[in-house]
Amino acid sequence: MGNILEIIGAVLVLLGSVFLFLGALGLVRMPDLYNRIQAGTKASTLGTFLTLFGLLLIIPEWWGKLVLLMTFILITNPVSSHVLARAAHYIKIPLTDKTVADLLNKEKTTYKVNEEIKNE
Amino acid sequence: MKVKNIAAIFLILLSIWILLNNQFQIEVMIIGVILSFVISIIMGSRITVFNELKFSFKSVFYTIWYLFVFLAELVKSNLDVARRVLTPSLPINPGIIKTKTVLKSKMGRMILANSITLTPGTLTVDIEDDILYIHCIDVCCEDIDKATAAIVDKFEKILVKIYG
Repeated sequence: MGNILEIIGAVLVLLGSVFLFLGALGLVRMPDLYNRIQAGTKASTLGTFLTLFGLLLIIPEWWGKLVLLMTFILITNPVSSHVLARAAHYIKIPLTDKTVADLLNKEKTTYKVNEEIKNE
Repeated sequence: MKVKNIAAIFLILLSIWILLNNQFQIEVMIIGVILSFVISIIMGSRITVFNELKFSFKSVFYTIWYLFVFLAELVKSNLDVARRVLTPSLPINPGIIKTKTVLKSKMGRMILANSITLTPGTLTVDIEDDILYIHCIDVCCEDIDKATAAIVDKFEKILVKIYG
């Protein structure tokens, strides 16, 4: 029984690392910062989740800390990627040529904040 | 209102303590209860995030249901982004679009924005009252209503039942 769980866990860890690798590949291939955030930081959610869950099956005694780690990633990951993207847009890091729409650029607040920074 | 706030902080701190220690001896539990009680009393009046939490059977049920919906979305969109990365021609169609939410509570909006960010392919760049600016790796439509239906609705219809 323990043996089967170990094999399933190992497969899950392998799958998780495949997703993490795809995230790293996306980081290299994507054309601009926003798309890199998309591929890079977000592939890590499923990749890390699968890896941690596989570890949970291999070593069940660690479940408490592993669940805590998953919760922590679930809370901090979107906050950090959102703040990175927001800051990048506010200091006007350009989007790639493939971009079809940038509706945020026309809004007033973006300029208002930029003016505040200039005035200081 | 304040008692509920303190109770929420107490429960969160206690569960973190138990998960970190990973043992259920009586001494460990007593220290955890005392520590989380003291901290939640001190911090209770300053932390206002949990004011909107509702402890009812319905909200707990929908929270668990939401987690399943969210995990399904996470797997689906992860596979989609993986496919795009592996395709040699890199079929992306990125852009920042506007969507609208009907959620009023801060907590609900925070969870909605974080869920959108966590699913690969969509990323909340900015939020301003009820307008969310979302960077999509594959823009479906620039129209605000269609975009809302495509990205926000599947999370929102459950969050409305939890946070109203």
